[in-house]
Amino acid sequence: MMAEIQGSNSPMVLRRVTGADGIPRVIVEGNCTLTALGERIRPIAAELSEYATTPELQWDLTQIARMDDAGAVLLWRGWGNQRPRYLFLRPEHERLFDRLEETWTPPSKVAPDRLWPIMVLGKAVFLLWEHLVGLVILMGQLVLEIKYLAGRPSRIPWREISANLYRTGAQALGITALVGFLIGVVLSYLSSRQLQIFGAHIFIVNILGISVIRELGPMLAAILVAGRSGSSMTAQLGVMRVTEELDALTVMGIPHSLRLILPKVIALGLAMPLVVLWTSAVALIGGMTVAELQLGLGYKFFLSRLPDAVAVSNLWLGLGKGIVCGMAIALISCHFGLRIKSNTESLGEGTTNSVVTSITVVIIIDAIFAVIFSDVGLR
Amino acid sequence: MPKNNCIIEVEELYTQFGNHVVHENIGLCVQFGEVLTLVGGSGSGKTALMRQMLGLETPAQGTVKVFGEPLRGRNRQQIQNMRNRCGVLFQKGALFSALSVYDNIALPMRELRTLDEDMIRDLVMLKLEMVEIAPVHANKMPAELSGGMIKRIALARAMALDPELLFLDEPTAGLDPELSEGFVKLIKTMQSELTFTIVMATHDLDTLVALSDRVAVLADKRLVALGTLREVIHTQHAFISNFFCGVRGRKTLENNSIL
Repeated sequence: MMAEIQGSNSPMVLRRVTGADGIPRVIVEGNCTLTALGERIRPIAAELSEYATTPELQWDLTQIARMDDAGAVLLWRGWGNQRPRYLFLRPEHERLFDRLEETWTPPSKVAPDRLWPIMVLGKAVFLLWEHLVGLVILMGQLVLEIKYLAGRPSRIPWREISANLYRTGAQALGITALVGFLIGVVLSYLSSRQLQIFGAHIFIVNILGISVIRELGPMLAAILVAGRSGSSMTAQLGVMRVTEELDALTVMGIPHSLRLILPKVIALGLAMPLVVLWTSAVALIGGMTVAELQLGLGYKFFLSRLPDAVAVSNLWLGLGKGIVCGMAIALISCHFGLRIKSNTESLGEGTTNSVVTSITVVIIIDAIFAVIFSDVGLR
Repeated sequence: MPKNNCIIEVEELYTQFGNHVVHENIGLCVQFGEVLTLVGGSGSGKTALMRQMLGLETPAQGTVKVFGEPLRGRNRQQIQNMRNRCGVLFQKGALFSALSVYDNIALPMRELRTLDEDMIRDLVMLKLEMVEIAPVHANKMPAELSGGMIKRIALARAMALDPELLFLDEPTAGLDPELSEGFVKLIKTMQSELTFTIVMATHDLDTLVALSDRVAVLADKRLVALGTLREVIHTQHAFISNFFCGVRGRKTLENNSIL
C-alpha cells in the first residue's frame, strides 16, 4: 500500500527490447496516470505513435504500476484507436481498454453553414418581434390586473409599492443630486463664458431654465434610474427564476404581474417625476451658484426671472416625461427579468440587455416628446 | 510523505461560527484506498468538516493535512497540484450553468494545458460512458437535465482528472431510491476499477451501508465513534442508537445482514 503512494510519482517509461526469440517488444513501465505524466504527455504520445508504425511489435503492459483513463486513452491514441496485434495486459487493465473499444467513435465532421448571415439576421428580427410581443402582453396583463384591483381595493399591494418607492426613489436621491449639481455647474459655467462675450448675462436664466427643466433634468434622472433601478429589478427577477421562487409564487396562486411587476411599474411611475423634480432643482442650484460667481447674478434675481423666462408648461412636460420613462423602465426591466433562464450566463446577459434597452428607449421617448410638444412652452 | 497511510489527517480541530462551537478537538485519519463516511445529525458539522478538508474553510484551531502536507502555507503550484489530485461531488452538482455538459467535464482537463483537444474529447466521452450518460446529452446545458443526470455528470466532472481522493457531499440526496441505488453501484464499480480514497458525508443509511469501509460519527461537537460499521453500531451513544437502531436503521442493517 505504502509503495503505491510513494510510487505515484515514478513516471511512465517505454523500453524497446528484443526478446530471446528475436521478436522486438516494447515494455511500458511506471505510472501511466495523468498526474505522473504531467508535461511529458506530448513526447510520450509521439514516441508511442512512432512505435505503432511497426505492426508486429509486441506490447507488454504488465509492468505498469498504475494506469488511469488518461493513460489508457494516451496508449489507445498512440496505437491509432485500435488494439495492437500483440498485446499483453494485466486483467485489471483489460477493462479500461474494453471500455475504450466500446465507446470510441470517429469524430463527426460538422458541415460549415453557408447561410449563416441570413440565419443571424433572421434570428435577430424574430428576437425583436418576440420582445415587442412580450412587452405588449406584459402591458395587457398589467391593464387586466388594474381592472381586477379596481373591483377589490383591499388587494392592492401597498407594501410592495411603498418598498419599491423607497428603493427606486428615496435611495436614488444622493446620486441624482450629485450628478445633477455637477451638470448644472458645468452647463452654467460654459454658457456664462459665451454670454459674457455678447454681454447677454441675463439670458443665463433662460438657457439654464429651459435646458434643465425641459430636457436635462428628466433625461439625467431617467438614465440614472434606468442604470440603477432597472438593473436591480432585472437581476432580482432573474435570481428569483434561478432559485425557483417565481415558480413557488405561481404555485401559491400569486400572479407575478400582480405582486412583482405592477408594484414596480406603479412605484417607478410615481417616483420618477419626483426624482426628476429633485434633479432639476439641484441642477438649477448648481447653475445659480456658478452664475453668481461668474456673472454676479444674485439668487433672488435668478429666481424672480425664472418664471418669466420659462413657461410652467415646461415643468409639466418634464414631469410627464418622468412618469412615462419611469413606467417604461420598469416594464422593460421586468420583461427582461422574466425572460432570464436559470443559468448564470443568461442572468448577466439579461441584465445588460435590460439596461441598454431601457436607456435607448428613454432617449427614444424623449425624442418623441420633443416632436409632439415642439410648440408647447417655447417662445 | 504521509505517515501511517493517512491521505488526510485532521488534528485537534476546533470550529467556531461566531459564538457557536461546532467541533471540539476532532482528530481523524483517512487511510489510503478506504471509503470513510461522515455521519451526524443536522448541524453536527459534517459539511463544515468536509469543507475544511477541502480548504474552503479554515478551522479556528488545529491542522488539516492532505497528502501529508498542511493545507495552509502552500504556494500556488503546490495548491494546484493538490487540487488536481482531488475530485469533489457537490450536493447539488454545482455544474457550471453557462457551460454544456461536455465543456463542464472538459474544463479541468483543459486547465491542465497538457492535453490536446482530441484526447480531451476521447476522455470526456469515456467519462460520460462511465456514468452511463448517452453521448447525445453531451451538448445539452445543465438547465435541461434532470436531477439524477446532473448528479452523474457532476460525478464525471469530479472524476475528470482521475483523482486519488474523492469527496462526496450527500451523493444520493435528492435522488429516487432506484437512481440512488444505481449511483451507489456506479461509485462502487468505479472505486474497484480505479483505486481511490473516498470521503463521504451522507444521511442515507443505504448508501452508508453499501459504500463505507469505516464510519465516523459526529455528535455533541465531538467524534463519538470511528471504525467499521459493526464496531460503530455497538458504541453506546444516544445518536448512534437513534440513527442506526431506529426502525428504519434496523431494517436497513438487517437487510444487509449486519445485525
